[in-house]
Amino acid sequence: MRKSSDLLHLLKTIERMIPLTTYTMPDETGRFGSFGGRFVPELLMPALLELEEAYEKAKNDPQFTEELNYYLQQYVGRETPLYFAKQLTKEVGGANIYLKREDLNHTGAHKINNTVGQALLTLRMGKKKVVAETGAGQHGVATATVCALFGLECIVFMGEEDIRRQKLNVFRMELLGAEVRSVSQGSGTLKDATNEALRYWASNVNDTHYILGSAVGPHPFPKIVRDLQSVIGKETKQQIVEQTGKLPDAIVACVGGGSNSIGMFHPFIKDESVKLVGVEAAGAGIDSDQHAASITKGRKGILHGTLSNLLQDENGQITEAFSISAGLDYPGVGPEHSHLNETGRVHYTAITDAEALDAFQALSRIEGIIPALESAHAVAYALKLAKEMDTNQTLVICLSGRGDKDVEQVKNRLEGK
Amino acid sequence: MGKERIEQSFQEKQAAGQKLFIPYIMAGDGGLDILEDRINFLAKSGVAAVELGIPFSDPIADGPTIQAAGGRALANGTSLKAVLDQLQSFVAANTAVPIILMTYLNPIYNYGIEKFVADCEKSGVDGIIIPDLPMEEEELIAGVLQEHSIAFIRLVAMTSPKERMIEIAKRSEGFLYAVSVMGTTGARQSHGANVQDYLDTLKENSPVPVLAGFGVSSIEQAHELSAHCDGVIVGSRIVELFDQGQDEEVRKLIQGSIEVGVRR
Repeated sequence: MRKSSDLLHLLKTIERMIPLTTYTMPDETGRFGSFGGRFVPELLMPALLELEEAYEKAKNDPQFTEELNYYLQQYVGRETPLYFAKQLTKEVGGANIYLKREDLNHTGAHKINNTVGQALLTLRMGKKKVVAETGAGQHGVATATVCALFGLECIVFMGEEDIRRQKLNVFRMELLGAEVRSVSQGSGTLKDATNEALRYWASNVNDTHYILGSAVGPHPFPKIVRDLQSVIGKETKQQIVEQTGKLPDAIVACVGGGSNSIGMFHPFIKDESVKLVGVEAAGAGIDSDQHAASITKGRKGILHGTLSNLLQDENGQITEAFSISAGLDYPGVGPEHSHLNETGRVHYTAITDAEALDAFQALSRIEGIIPALESAHAVAYALKLAKEMDTNQTLVICLSGRGDKDVEQVKNRLEGK
Repeated sequence: MGKERIEQSFQEKQAAGQKLFIPYIMAGDGGLDILEDRINFLAKSGVAAVELGIPFSDPIADGPTIQAAGGRALANGTSLKAVLDQLQSFVAANTAVPIILMTYLNPIYNYGIEKFVADCEKSGVDGIIIPDLPMEEEELIAGVLQEHSIAFIRLVAMTSPKERMIEIAKRSEGFLYAVSVMGTTGARQSHGANVQDYLDTLKENSPVPVLAGFGVSSIEQAHELSAHCDGVIVGSRIVELFDQGQDEEVRKLIQGSIEVGVRR
């Protein structure tokens, strides 16, 4: 009896491993299982096909890889450290906690891994102008930065509400030579800025590339952004093996659109022993109507060119997302995350504003590292998870960005303003 | 019903020496209870069909005027279901003019594709336009529409390479919607010089009538474009005039535009 059930278990394990060892998502139509695709007006289709072709060519061109690696190393400051958080590990008393320090990148977050690559693609396509959307301004700053570096004209759309909340980032973008355009339509936040960026792109598609900031949008964007962000996971894999002699037992990363997390997870997808956890924003509470947990609470639908999990009402109208962290404040999520949720390879959970704030302060106090509020969501969940793990196990947190941008907001919040 | 009804209406207009004119109105802008009167008013003014927009929270193909109209419609509680119910209450029994729904994909995906198409048929809808569904993704709904003989009207753009234009034209039912600007809906001072070549190419290659839309807001523009195709679709200007209560101006715009054929 026991033997046959062992055999069954083994068979099931093998069965589960087969699709993983051959993980080649997305397919040529941009599908990750039943998610993804290209749901855009015809006007933009030729540009997507052009981008796809340019990207496939670049990917197989050693010169592109060399150039990209040069800028990642000399300009962005890669590789970023994988730091053993000794104090935090001691404080929690469970798994050994490591921090992948994406906060140490130039411009303070992982966003620039993507913008450097896409700016090089822009040059290869012979385009001179770039348009981008931004929420809090991190992607806008990362885009404005590479546009300054490569001499590209840059227009960034930003919701009027976000412009009000993030005046300094607006000034940073302008300092870098970008033009920031205010978006008053809809709720005046990231979703509406993305609509405007898409509209602008449709009007100027012949000479303009759209540098999308997350692993969302129509194919091939989710793939390009993932590939460019995968440098996070590739480095982590090498570093953790060097430091501990084995793969980690768990990896935790925050998920808004999901670019830092997919970049971290992707190189580990086939390594089934590694538990992967994506942390969404639960805002005021996962059962309240003020959160940004598209996977945990959303339904399948189409927004910004891709089929994925969305926050929407009973009539298919997209609803507003809420989170203390502007970078997680998006009503959709990358299609590959929806797929990885459906297959069960990645576990998705959510952390509230209050929990993220606690983690923000804890990491600052215990390790001397002020994390971005986005990353603080990953830290908050990781601390819970590490506590339940053994002391000989390891857990990696993707520290996607630094928290300088959030200090004023956190101060106001803690003072009850 | 469906394709045949659109074809029939177009043929009648063309036999009378007119150019085709399709106005776009936003369902629920001004309330759903005025919909029947508005459609009848347009029919009497001489339109070949009515394009009825379903409001959506994130209309990426639309400019400010239609975005604002959609916002007003959503604010007064308009939903896809409410529109279909309202249509069913009068259109099914009324054959004044073909009805074409223009809706982004998510409201119908959320409604359920099969149920949506079946309900469209019950409500007397003759054609569907989905601005965010390119050829590569259309199998999501194309087969179901075919079964119910509702015309699936395709959009073609100025960026489409020639072979792609021809393929889209070949697939389109009822008519071919030629997006005649680079960008979103909304009034423009003028259309680019290359728009005429673009329409000529489509006209040469399309087995169905070709109508130019996006950025058409005056009788002069309608004449200019209609000279190279079968007619025009006017959205933002119509939406604006109705919002300002200038129904008579709407009638003049339609009648001035369709008379092109007679003058030539």
